[in-house]
Amino acid sequence: MSKEVATAVKTICTQCNNDRSRMMDIVRAVQEQFSCVSDEAIDVIARQVSTPRVEVESTVSFYTFLSKTPKGKIVIRLCNDIIDRMNGFDVIANAFKQELGINFGETTPDGKISLEHTACIGMCDQAPAALINNVVVTDLSSDKVRSIVKTLKETGDPQKLVSRLGDGNNANDLVKAMVHNNIRKKGDVVFAFSEFTPNAGLEKALAMSPVEVINEVNTARLRGRGGAGFPAGMKWEFTRNAESGEKYIICNADEGEPGTFKDRVILTELPDRLFEGMTIAGYAIGAENGILYLRGEYAYLYDFLSQMLNERRRQGLLGTDILGKKGLNFDIRIQMGAGAYICGEETALISSCEGLRGDPKNRPPFPAQEGYLKNPTCVNNVETFCCVVSILDKGAAWFSEIGTKQSHGTKLLSVSGDCQSPGVYELPFGITVNELLKEVGAPNAAAVQIGGPSGQMICKDDFNRTICYDDLATGGSVMVFGPERNILDVVDYFMEFFIEESCGYCTPCRAGNVLLKQYLEKIIDGKGEPCDLEVLQDLGETVKTASRCGLGQTSANPILTTLKNFRSAYEALVKKSKDGMQPSFDIQAVLQESQDIAGRKSVHFS
Amino acid sequence: MEKPKVATTSLAGCFGCHMSLLDIDDRILKLIELVDFDKSPVDDIKEFTGRCLVGLVEGGCANEENVRVLQDFRKHCDLLISVGDCATMGGLPAMRNNVPLKECLEEAFINGPSVYNPSGKVPNDPEIPLLLNQVYPCHEVVKIDYHIPGCPPSADTLWEILVALLNNKPIDLPYELIKYD
Amino acid sequence: MSTTITFIIDEVEVKAQKGQTILEAADEAGIYIPRLCAMKDLTPFGSCRVCTVLVNGRPQAACTQPVAPGIVVENNTEKLLNIRKNIIEMLFVEGNHFCMFCEKSGNCELQALAYRLGIDAPAFPYQFPKREIDATHRDIFIDRNRCILCARCVRASRDLDGKNVFQFIGRGPEKRIAVNAQIKLSDTDINLTDKAVDVCPVGAILRKRVGYKVPVGQRLYDHKPIGSEIETR
Repeated sequence: MSKEVATAVKTICTQCNNDRSRMMDIVRAVQEQFSCVSDEAIDVIARQVSTPRVEVESTVSFYTFLSKTPKGKIVIRLCNDIIDRMNGFDVIANAFKQELGINFGETTPDGKISLEHTACIGMCDQAPAALINNVVVTDLSSDKVRSIVKTLKETGDPQKLVSRLGDGNNANDLVKAMVHNNIRKKGDVVFAFSEFTPNAGLEKALAMSPVEVINEVNTARLRGRGGAGFPAGMKWEFTRNAESGEKYIICNADEGEPGTFKDRVILTELPDRLFEGMTIAGYAIGAENGILYLRGEYAYLYDFLSQMLNERRRQGLLGTDILGKKGLNFDIRIQMGAGAYICGEETALISSCEGLRGDPKNRPPFPAQEGYLKNPTCVNNVETFCCVVSILDKGAAWFSEIGTKQSHGTKLLSVSGDCQSPGVYELPFGITVNELLKEVGAPNAAAVQIGGPSGQMICKDDFNRTICYDDLATGGSVMVFGPERNILDVVDYFMEFFIEESCGYCTPCRAGNVLLKQYLEKIIDGKGEPCDLEVLQDLGETVKTASRCGLGQTSANPILTTLKNFRSAYEALVKKSKDGMQPSFDIQAVLQESQDIAGRKSVHFS
Repeated sequence: MEKPKVATTSLAGCFGCHMSLLDIDDRILKLIELVDFDKSPVDDIKEFTGRCLVGLVEGGCANEENVRVLQDFRKHCDLLISVGDCATMGGLPAMRNNVPLKECLEEAFINGPSVYNPSGKVPNDPEIPLLLNQVYPCHEVVKIDYHIPGCPPSADTLWEILVALLNNKPIDLPYELIKYD
Repeated sequence: MSTTITFIIDEVEVKAQKGQTILEAADEAGIYIPRLCAMKDLTPFGSCRVCTVLVNGRPQAACTQPVAPGIVVENNTEKLLNIRKNIIEMLFVEGNHFCMFCEKSGNCELQALAYRLGIDAPAFPYQFPKREIDATHRDIFIDRNRCILCARCVRASRDLDGKNVFQFIGRGPEKRIAVNAQIKLSDTDINLTDKAVDVCPVGAILRKRVGYKVPVGQRLYDHKPIGSEIETR
């Protein structure tokens, strides 16, 4: 390695105070500068931050946006999510391959452009979409691909691809994105921002005692909007009551559940409210530090969000003695992710903030006792913090009147797939799936995936069910599938997603999902038998029961919920072998290689 | 009354499991009282002469002939038993399973350090059965009714299982008789 | 103030000390909960999930879950035995476990658990992954074909030896054990006196030149199932 590289890596480490816990910032910066984090760079980093090199390698090897081997200066990451697949992914993928003359996973011979797949990038409402470095390109067509590749080859600058800007803050000078918000329905809690006075919630909170603030959130019965639905006030209380350590507020903006993109819209249009909500939480819990964990896919929002934070500091809304209140100190930093769905799991997210692999942590201890760097930590979803602001501003009683008896408030739903108007809908809890489908223009829906792959696939019989914590709970992803879609292909894709995104820590999730997918594909190929459905069920339940974190515990859901709700789709494909042979054993397929090598046909099986 | 028939074969195995069967020592006399052998290397009957109660299969499937024989066993046997680690999981021959087939053949016949092969070619006579892309345990090719692991399974294990099956009794082996080595 | 608490495992009342895990308490009470990644003196890790029990009806890993007064733990039930069997079979097909020539055979905890759970042959399709062997070190080798990613070596090296010879790289099915050097074990500071050398439950990390020393019939699990040593306490 050249001396310059070593010096540059050293400089990056020094800029991060040679702080081991800032490993994500270090390796991201090295990757950006050198298109890889090479073995040599790893050695330098390890020495600088005084950690074993294998620990650095462990982190680098975990995240899909980091690599040990060099990538092109430009990396095209085409989203291969199911919605993108339904919207012409294959055509786009072929166009990229053809224009670049390389396959996925390869880099052009001149070393300039790499082509890769990536999981959901939060653009299902404008699919097919891709990330080109930090630039988002949406609504792709083969023509667009041709002109994209042409521009990239000519200029070498993805920023040059930005032509027509999106609406709202997407057009902001610091965002400059072609992304569209697609806000289809503004509800009373989050998107009714014009009716709210900025920072009124924070001011009202500061007029109360921290415990009163928590009580207000508890009275409102606000539950986490990320999907798990844990009561937010209780989380705050636990963290507040933790005895030792500096307390931390973390906002989970690692919106990775395929089909969800509502946090993208909040981050674009309402960052002030989000930061206001985090500040309220900081006051209530007694935390002086906040972290916004922003998924790597949303890096295009980084400068804008940083600027918003600066603005708040300037206005005395962050920093010391906030709004003149003596001793009230709170600030927020942004931690970038680097491509790992698992980091949406709160303890994995904490690991990532600490600069480690995104492995979830064992519980107990819960983050409220021992979280970020062993400090009491409260992690909430983007939307949850926004709800907090409204609750403090308008009161728990007002909030409780929205929604159902058990599920108060509204829910932001990211709707995509076979519907007329994909986008973000803020609707009160208690809306039925039928009502939602009417709203989004999907009269012919045959199946709806509620809550993304980790949620459940429901059929028409269930369309009268309601979206709320006690019935169809969801973090917000709603994917609509028309009658022409093959449900088992969708399930197969979801299993592929979970295999790719499993951290590999525990056996059932790491090994079980691979097997589930194999049994499923055997059935899809028409080689399954009725007993394979039992294996799927049994294996699925093992993965669900024995996995260590939420990812594994829900990864079998695509199979388990369709086995229940779309059983006939499976049953139509399986039949019992009558002659005792294994239908999945394909003698022609397993002899092919040998026949090719020997240049002759099989004697026994021709 | 006609005695039930037993057939045995060694596919991609080493005949060690057959040796172990012979290790039942004088119990073999009892066995002959209980059963007749059909297709088996024990009596050198090459093709099935009729329906068998039990088929004992040693070895996994490494080539097309193994597959044909195994399928033939499935057709002729009421109960088909995988005997030994090669049959149950591929065994030693399956060590080639993560090496590409071409590389395997070239290592074995051309490049290997102890290879003497002036022709420099991989043998390719039509009489030589074509290899499968990898070695398959028997149950991935046909339905298998019982698995007896071991390399080889001990004579006592084989005996206990055979006697139980022939007497239509459930197989309930003591801990020490199920071993993978 | 007494720190002794009582709780129930499969209808048996068990005494435990506050702060103990369910697994530790069960061990002391002579109740065996099958496990692979858990090992005495090592920080609980919770990766293999073999020790999954139901605590008041909720699945938890007994090796990481602390005891609490009055909890009702289900351990030896048909449902849990089936889950454990599935997990053991997953581990067998996920790697390349050729017991017939493995030096660890007879003393291997994975194999012993399969025996104990009555697995004659895993039913799942074998994956036959390609995995690397590292025989560069003079006295120790790594055979990743057999690795079950339990992190015993990671923890032993870090917590008991005060080194960091091992750590994982990659994720999902591609997760592997790696060493604290660019490529090889011989470039690390591991040595034969390290605790990390002897904690592997399978034959993935072994000393060279001592294999097969114990004759068949005298090995740990030749005659008695794994766990008997706890059950006969």
